Amino acid sequence: MSAATEAAAASNEWVRRIAGAIRRVINLLFSVALTFLGLTCVTFLIGRVIPIDPVLAIVGDKASRATYDRVAAEIGVNLPIPVQYWRYLSKVLHLDFGFSLITAHPVLQDMTRVFPATMELALLALFVGTVLGVPLGVVAATHRGRWQDQVVRFGSLLGYSMPVFWLGLVGLLLFYAKLGWVEGPGRLDVSYDDIVPTVTGLITIDSLIAGESEVFWNALSHLVLPASILGYLSLAYVARMTRSFMLGQLRQEYVLATLAKGLSPFRVVWVHALGNVWVQLVTVIALTFGSLLEGAVLTETVFAWPGLGLYMKNSLFNADLNAVLGGTMVIGVVYIFLNMLSDVIYPLVDPRARGRG
Amino acid sequence: MSAAGLRIGAPAGWRGWLLDPAPTSRRQARLGRWYRAWRGLYCNGLAMTGLVIVLALVLVAILAPLFADHTAAFTQTLQERLQPMSWAHPFGTDELGRDIYARVIFGSRITLTIVALVSAIVVPVGLGIGLPAGYFGGWIDAVLMRITDIFLAFPRLVLALAFAAALGPGIENAVIAISLTAWPPYARLARAETLTRRHAEFIEAAELQGASHLRILFTQIMPLSLPSVIIRLTLDMAGIILTAAGLGFLGLGAQPPAPEWGAMVSSGRQYLLDQWWVATIPGLAIFIVSLGFNLLGDGLRDVADSRAG
Amino acid sequence: MSDGPLLTMRNLRVTYPGDDGDFPAVRNVSFSLGRERLGIVGESGSGKSTTGRAIMGLIPYPGRVEADVMRLGETDLTRLDERGFRRLRGKRIAMVLQDPKFSLDPVMTVGKQIAETHRHHFRSSKQAARAAALEMLEAVHIRDPARVYNQYAHQVSGGMGQRIMIAMMLIAGPDILIADEPTSALDVSVQQQVLAIMDEMVKSRGMGLILISHNLHLVASFCDRVLVMYAGQIVEVCDTGRLNEARHPYTKGLLAALPELGNRRIELPQLRRDPEWLIDLPAAAGAAS
Repeated sequence: MSAATEAAAASNEWVRRIAGAIRRVINLLFSVALTFLGLTCVTFLIGRVIPIDPVLAIVGDKASRATYDRVAAEIGVNLPIPVQYWRYLSKVLHLDFGFSLITAHPVLQDMTRVFPATMELALLALFVGTVLGVPLGVVAATHRGRWQDQVVRFGSLLGYSMPVFWLGLVGLLLFYAKLGWVEGPGRLDVSYDDIVPTVTGLITIDSLIAGESEVFWNALSHLVLPASILGYLSLAYVARMTRSFMLGQLRQEYVLATLAKGLSPFRVVWVHALGNVWVQLVTVIALTFGSLLEGAVLTETVFAWPGLGLYMKNSLFNADLNAVLGGTMVIGVVYIFLNMLSDVIYPLVDPRARGRG
Repeated sequence: MSAAGLRIGAPAGWRGWLLDPAPTSRRQARLGRWYRAWRGLYCNGLAMTGLVIVLALVLVAILAPLFADHTAAFTQTLQERLQPMSWAHPFGTDELGRDIYARVIFGSRITLTIVALVSAIVVPVGLGIGLPAGYFGGWIDAVLMRITDIFLAFPRLVLALAFAAALGPGIENAVIAISLTAWPPYARLARAETLTRRHAEFIEAAELQGASHLRILFTQIMPLSLPSVIIRLTLDMAGIILTAAGLGFLGLGAQPPAPEWGAMVSSGRQYLLDQWWVATIPGLAIFIVSLGFNLLGDGLRDVADSRAG
Repeated sequence: MSDGPLLTMRNLRVTYPGDDGDFPAVRNVSFSLGRERLGIVGESGSGKSTTGRAIMGLIPYPGRVEADVMRLGETDLTRLDERGFRRLRGKRIAMVLQDPKFSLDPVMTVGKQIAETHRHHFRSSKQAARAAALEMLEAVHIRDPARVYNQYAHQVSGGMGQRIMIAMMLIAGPDILIADEPTSALDVSVQQQVLAIMDEMVKSRGMGLILISHNLHLVASFCDRVLVMYAGQIVEVCDTGRLNEARHPYTKGLLAALPELGNRRIELPQLRRDPEWLIDLPAAAGAAS
């Protein structure tokens, strides 16, 4: 090929790659939008099947007929379902989840208050789970059948067979009540409440920013137990999946070829094999984060952690439907994005996936 | 005789017959397959433990009155509340004086019911969506898979929570809520299995013989897809039990006075410090059953993988 | 450089223990390799690939490798542990595998993989290794080395991939190259090119080559000597020029089954396997041949 045609071919290649990328992005957005609509449908339908009269919930049972009719018209209870859905959808897109019955604040405001607490715990647990889980999985795969493998497999197995609420209770009983090694339920001792101004919502970070080291240590000691327990459960899943992916890679021919070059097994495993695996791991980590958020309801109940999960549980028991549905939407949306993450990540890092589409 | 038949020190007798790498009859081949699978499972001590646990669950649930006294599980004897473990009460008593051992035994019925109901819903729905999607392809596939993907992206526990908030607590609603989010992986699995077999020659042969699509799906493809579905189900079962227990813990499952294990943990929470057994023992039951399904599922999958080569 | 054989094998045995008995993959294989092209021919399961891997110490656990004599020059391979073998691989013995799509790391550029070998054996800097890799790419007749350097395994054609493999494996200057079915995944037209390049490299560096293949015709046209393996044993050893004097019925059967232009036969004779061929042949004794 002459230089001119080669250059033309190269630029064609670029155009094709960009077109492919754009097509993939559009596909992805379409999927996400569709799933999001599905989620809103489900929450809408759930909200409509409640046996409680929503108008009564607002006006109370002592209101006059006129008030009742006025509020009914406002909410649009008697409108056809598709119209009601449309109104609901447009509200949701404007982040209007209605008002909470308990707090009398907009649900959105309540959620911005409680969400950081959930994030702080979930992020720390995820960090622990990943930083420990991935190396453990690799070690288990490279020592297949031997004691390292058995220990990791068994430890993981115990981890994802345990009910998180039970493990939390046992942990509190043992490490807080009997041994006194960590602080108990809640994020901070009551005496430290409201000392540190909220910047990120993560008390550990905020207290460091404010220079309040006592608050920092107290917050940390409250975090240790729930984060360890959730970290262990995350680790169980991550280690197991890492092991499984690594075993798949170690069977491949390129591992043999790279060994035949004379490279050390360390490099073959940690650079080559792991390099082929970490994309799948990102998906696993995203899913783990999703399940941490999902299980937050249980965890936060056990540890009296004032996050989104506890908020939803309290709303549930007070029949505060707006709050429950709002929380469901938020977690659902985050979950959808985490699930779709792999579609985004793959082409970015796997050279084989870039050329297609 | 090929070189593959050359083995030093191969077993003799009926074991050798079953393990013969070159079977001479269909019966020998099939029996040999089952024997190899059983040996694979048997050699795996952990998988056998799992099998024992699962069988124990089924046995205890069905024959519960043989193992414990029904009245002890439900009669409130307030003078006997919060008794520690003893000969009379192997696991102690709860805050209303009921024998915890008996409640755990009878609670196994609830667990088994949930397992059975969810399986009975999830497998047919998953197969019913996945098989046609893989078999017919085209727009049927696209639509069905879109629907599957939408449900796949829903958070299970949270959705069950919202469901219960709307419909009220109860075991039926819990089962529905769990099933709604549990079926998508089976549709995907059934579709994948169908796709690998869709263009196999024996399917073409059946088509040429005049078999209708429905017949092919039912008699040929579905039985071949079942093993991986069952293995997946066994592995999922642990998660389903944990989710159901979680719902029970939040008060959304079977309602009191039903001895649902998750609810028992919840009501024992306030007495955790001094009467730890009230909350801990039911949770241990959940853990053991979940562990059993995981062990069994792992073992079954190892056997399936090793046979697939 | 000594003038004795590069590689000496006497009674190499590779056994895989299993639930239903031990499987003898290689039974009493003996040969020696000088600065020549030696072919090992056999069907699947004959043990030819296993032999190649045993030489490099790449038989995975729980396989067992034993031999009366297994010597690479002055080094006794039977006494080597994993670390010992690692020092040899790439530096003194190298192996080229069948399909470059699978034997190259899919997520690393091919150039980097070649350079990696250089860096490992010579502790060279990144730039030096890159320069050496580019040199090797030119040596295997790849036209635009700088561009190919940055490509990935799936982006190159089969023939180019094999040349990259050859470059990658020979960059550290080994004495012996074991090529395990190097052309089986290639189109016929490309096969000859790759073999020619291999031949050129081997000749110019004074190396020994072991070519493992199921294709007797290919081996016969390329190698100096042929070993025929069946069920883990060597059943025939001869110079390729004298193949028509082959004595073992298996070899004769293979030769007879080769279609020949100009030879009008109604039916190609089928290879009839004689269970007698499975019986253990007497092990080699005395000095190495």
